[in-house]
Amino acid sequence: MAKEMNGAEMVVQALMDQGVEVIFGYPGGAVLPIYDAIFQQEKIRHILVRHEQGAVHAAEGYARSTGKVGCVLVTSGPGATNAVTGLTDALMDSIPIVCLTGQVPTHLIGNDAFQECDTVGITRPCTKHNYLVKNVNDLSRVLHEAFYVAANGRPGPVVVDIPKDVQFATGAYAGPKNVQHKTYRPKLKGDIEKIKAAVELLAGAKRPVIYSGGGVINSGREAGHLLRELVALTGFPITSTLMGLGAFPAANPQWLGMLGMHGTYEANMTMHGCDVMLCVGARFDDRITGRLDAFSPGSKRIHIDIDPSSINKNVKVDIGIVGDCGHVLEDIIRLWRSSGAQVDKKALGAWWGQIDKWRARNSLAYRPSNEVIKPQYAIQRLYEATRDRDCYITTEVGQHQMWAAQFFRFEEPNRWMTSGGLGTMGYGLPAAVGVQLAHPKSLVIDIAGEASVLMTMQEMSTAVQYRLPIKIFILNNQYMGMVRQWQELLHGGRYSESYSHALPDFVKLAEAYHAVGIRCEKPGDLDRAIKEMIDVDKPVIFDCVVDQNENCFPMIPGGRAHNEMILGDSAGPEDMHVSDEGKIMV
Amino acid sequence: MLMKNEPTERHTLAVLVDNEPGVLARVIGLFSGRGYNIDSLTVSETEHEKHLSRITIVTTGTPMVIEQIRNQLERLVPVHRVVDLTVHGATIERELAMVKVRGRGDHRVEALRLADAFRARVIDATTESFVFEITGRSDKIDQFVGLMLPLGLVEVSRTGVVAIGRGPEGMQGRAEGSAGLGS
Repeated sequence: MAKEMNGAEMVVQALMDQGVEVIFGYPGGAVLPIYDAIFQQEKIRHILVRHEQGAVHAAEGYARSTGKVGCVLVTSGPGATNAVTGLTDALMDSIPIVCLTGQVPTHLIGNDAFQECDTVGITRPCTKHNYLVKNVNDLSRVLHEAFYVAANGRPGPVVVDIPKDVQFATGAYAGPKNVQHKTYRPKLKGDIEKIKAAVELLAGAKRPVIYSGGGVINSGREAGHLLRELVALTGFPITSTLMGLGAFPAANPQWLGMLGMHGTYEANMTMHGCDVMLCVGARFDDRITGRLDAFSPGSKRIHIDIDPSSINKNVKVDIGIVGDCGHVLEDIIRLWRSSGAQVDKKALGAWWGQIDKWRARNSLAYRPSNEVIKPQYAIQRLYEATRDRDCYITTEVGQHQMWAAQFFRFEEPNRWMTSGGLGTMGYGLPAAVGVQLAHPKSLVIDIAGEASVLMTMQEMSTAVQYRLPIKIFILNNQYMGMVRQWQELLHGGRYSESYSHALPDFVKLAEAYHAVGIRCEKPGDLDRAIKEMIDVDKPVIFDCVVDQNENCFPMIPGGRAHNEMILGDSAGPEDMHVSDEGKIMV
Repeated sequence: MLMKNEPTERHTLAVLVDNEPGVLARVIGLFSGRGYNIDSLTVSETEHEKHLSRITIVTTGTPMVIEQIRNQLERLVPVHRVVDLTVHGATIERELAMVKVRGRGDHRVEALRLADAFRARVIDATTESFVFEITGRSDKIDQFVGLMLPLGLVEVSRTGVVAIGRGPEGMQGRAEGSAGLGS
């Protein structure tokens, strides 16, 4: 027997039935009935952010660090448009989000009413799916469908736009058990014939590499275990995208580090020289491949992805397996064992010999200093101080993000939250809020740049209000560092608008938010200051003043191939030359 | 980069979708957002009880792009099935056009004579004009319209291409691989 209730109560009931514990949001005229329903219950905790973009990023942090769906509630018009950056970010990085937006009452839709916007029109290209609910009797079904669509297949954000009159209207509530999407059934198991062919190809490889991505993390813990098992079983080298860090432990000797534009020399050279590549849950993004027509020229490629549109999109593959990473890895391992597949030990030994030579190049090396804090050194010290703790890292976007990816070492999945696809400056602080809410006892650090973090600095208020002791570790070089680096490389050192004039005093800024501010300028003071930051049970802004001129290396400049990397310690002016074709790449 | 020099091909896709608000916007937005071509697009409800509409899209692109288009369409949540009719070989394509021609004397007689040769029907007439209805392949309609041009062509309204596979199999039986199970 379906229960009768009003639309606002249905929203709260549906969230409870979906197991939602936390929702990030900001009230407004068009969602007042839902806020009233939230007020009258105690199961769902509402976290008041300071800007709707922050709500979505916080929900992303929550989702990435737990594997659950992140939930957002915002009002119509500006509430919805402010959420658009976060939704696009979640779409690009495949993060499951359900975002509820208020809408003007149905009879006013299309009349340019106050705080009206075409939310489903605006969010159509930046969500996995969206709904406008015009009848209260559809509401509970749509809400449960939204959670199903967000979490299943390739995860992504789903918007449910709910006009205010629908929130007041009374209708029948249907529980989640009776709701299944009419047609949407993502395929989890891979085609067994293709998996057989893949196993055969892998077993015959002389110079193999495994290249994994965020899909392994989205697939769940089991996929990570299976990836480890496959790597152990085969003895193959493994590298990962930015999004995939942590799926495979960095301490394992078969780990080559991250690949791509700022990846390690050994990872990129291995990709370039391999004869068989197994891509697991990654999508051959332009940051990964470099120049496409020179990408891994001699290799046969196997690609596992739950999204068929990722296969053969940028790079032609020989075997494309549509399915969930965990399911397909399980089948690969099973078939590998049952077929008695043996790797070519001699060839693999020679391949590892070559890889070790590349490794010996020590591509992440930088010139140390006793005078100024090198940003790489700061991350290394931060890593050393936190490696034995239960620690989660978020980042903003830019040089600090790449240094964090290079120098912080992750042993487990779901510990690393960064805006990979969209590259959203301002992601890290609100994401840290979401992570800390999900893991109240853990150490949550946003490795930040001073320019990025100012984009969503207002969320410090949120952190303070809910007593979330997040640590904002700012590598402050007073530049938009990655912009400055590209201007140095491509635009003759004309640093157009990339210097941050009139930065705030971050210590005073922290104090103004009733948080703790720490400033560190000398390498010798760093360890003590980091310890102080960790020991404070309050939100901290750590202003780490670093070398202004440091560039992020190694680097594959636009329009170049994996074997044409620029290495930091040997880079001369001739290495910096970038072709006209390369310059147009972002 | 890779596909720069590959030749392009013309493909006709049949797309079965839920007839719900916004579904056409999703399909069109996908094409404009990802830079795919639409040469022709037609849509209408085909199964009223099931709320299903069928969209026929004619597009051009390299084989890799065509595969992308199919996969991206399948990824849309309200899309049930996508069939690339061109890769299934035998396909019938038809288009309907209404062609208005104005003229007197010899031109009028010639227009009527040509219409007869093309099996176009007169569906409206005045003493100085005709509206012809013509059905056929797009190139046949192009040819007819071309012939009407010097005879006093006023305007043309065309439906765009609709297509169906030959033989006993329906669209459901033709789906390749995991069609309809997009992520």
